[in-house]
Amino acid sequence: MPQYLISVWHDGPYDDLDVSSPEVQRLFSQVSAFNASLEQAGAWVFGTGLRPASSATVVRATGGDVSMTDGPYAETKEQMGGFWVILAADLDAALEWAGKAAAACEGPVEVRPTEDA
Amino acid sequence: MPDALTEVFRREAGRCTATLIRVLGDIDLAEDAVAEAFAIAAEQWPTRGVPPNPGGWITTTARNRAIDRLRRESSRTDRYLASHRLQADDMAPDHLPDPDDSGSLDELVEVVADDQLRLMFLCCHPALAPDAQVALTLRLLGGLDTPEIARGFLVSEATVAQRIVRAKRKLRDNHAPYRVPAAAELPDRLHTVLAIVYLIYTEGHTATSGDGLTRVDLSREAIRLGRVLTELMPDEPEAVGLLALMLLTEARRPARTDVDGSMIRLADQDRTRWDRTLIAEGHALVRACLRRDQPGPFQIQAAIAAVHADAVTADETDWSQIVTLYDQLYARRPNPVVALNRAVAVAELHGPDAGLAALTALDVLPLEGYQPYHAARADLLARAGRREAAVAAYDRAVELSGNPAERRFLEQQRATLAGDRR
Repeated sequence: MPQYLISVWHDGPYDDLDVSSPEVQRLFSQVSAFNASLEQAGAWVFGTGLRPASSATVVRATGGDVSMTDGPYAETKEQMGGFWVILAADLDAALEWAGKAAAACEGPVEVRPTEDA
Repeated sequence: MPDALTEVFRREAGRCTATLIRVLGDIDLAEDAVAEAFAIAAEQWPTRGVPPNPGGWITTTARNRAIDRLRRESSRTDRYLASHRLQADDMAPDHLPDPDDSGSLDELVEVVADDQLRLMFLCCHPALAPDAQVALTLRLLGGLDTPEIARGFLVSEATVAQRIVRAKRKLRDNHAPYRVPAAAELPDRLHTVLAIVYLIYTEGHTATSGDGLTRVDLSREAIRLGRVLTELMPDEPEAVGLLALMLLTEARRPARTDVDGSMIRLADQDRTRWDRTLIAEGHALVRACLRRDQPGPFQIQAAIAAVHADAVTADETDWSQIVTLYDQLYARRPNPVVALNRAVAVAELHGPDAGLAALTALDVLPLEGYQPYHAARADLLARAGRREAAVAAYDRAVELSGNPAERRFLEQQRATLAGDRR
């Protein structure tokens, strides 16, 4: 069955997110309900939230040398805040899950098919 | 291509492609196969005669050819089909009817109806951008080639080709399903399809220009698609409403331009030149919609067009009914363009000052770059006696107009006004 990446996007850095705030707690409970529905439908492959982009390290391997730089690869304002990999029969089924994902995290999500196995 | 075949092609290419996509599970394979079948027909029909069921003949021949080819290349076929097949179901490629046996052909053609619907929903998939939806619809359902589509939309062939290639690849990479959407998503998905057909229609409609470019008749193609939709979905009142709207608008085409191709406003058109056959058909469809009583945006717009068609002269137009209909439309589609049209109708009913007041009440920012807004405002200002403001509004409208016939009209209006002032 085809697999799709559903990624969650933030318009800017979220380093200062207050996890104990009622808004964030509400998002957490919505997302775990969504996760449960994915598992129940047998659509779950993997999913997780991500630490802010400021925690990222870029690693390059060129000519046998490995070098590292601080920060995310893409220098964009937008940040990926988390993602799922799901199983779906076709694009329409994937888009339906994506609609529920966007509602659960109250923000835009991006759907991309994986390379066929 | 001989004339008989060209006609069959226009009529059947979309249907054949639609069925072949289901059978073969791939858009490109289907297109190649249909093209090959038409090439065979071009060779055979002039000597053997046109078969009794040309569409079925093409579909069967294309299918047989494609399956032959797939078998020859069977090493890559399994992988190819497994990884790239659009998510279609039925019809395994085992029983192949003989293209010269009209009995089995009829059977095959019966399956075709639903295929065209599947293809419409595929071409107008909401994951595609409107430009891509339009190009793919015209290519796969209308059988238009890339240069024809490019001429139709006044963009380069490379742009159209790229849009089509990208759209096909996106649908394939994403495993887009080849089916009519389920009931829950049908209203939204159908609205996208209808909106694209209407976009094709309006592009053909406003493109009516005297500049002699051999543009494809997009309006006629849109009407043909509208007819197919209402045949396939007779219980969808919005599909019927769209067809009615297109027919009633098309009826005015003979009166829309003068001998040198300049645009003539609705109010100034010679209504004896309106096409009464199209009006009668459009009216009948609007009445059928009213009986069903499930109004929607396209039906309401068709009803407005029907009110215009009812008026023997512009003065006899029932503007109060039109304002009421625009109110209903605005309640469903609260967008600035609907509000603009409503304001114009208000001006007809209560005078230019009332119309200008309605315009002033609008959020004009989204309309700033919209030519009809400035043209309408210019007209109302002129009728309210505010010439200078009217000339300025015409200047802006001319600046924004992308169509020669329309621009000529606007320039004439402005020149008349400026002349009056002197």
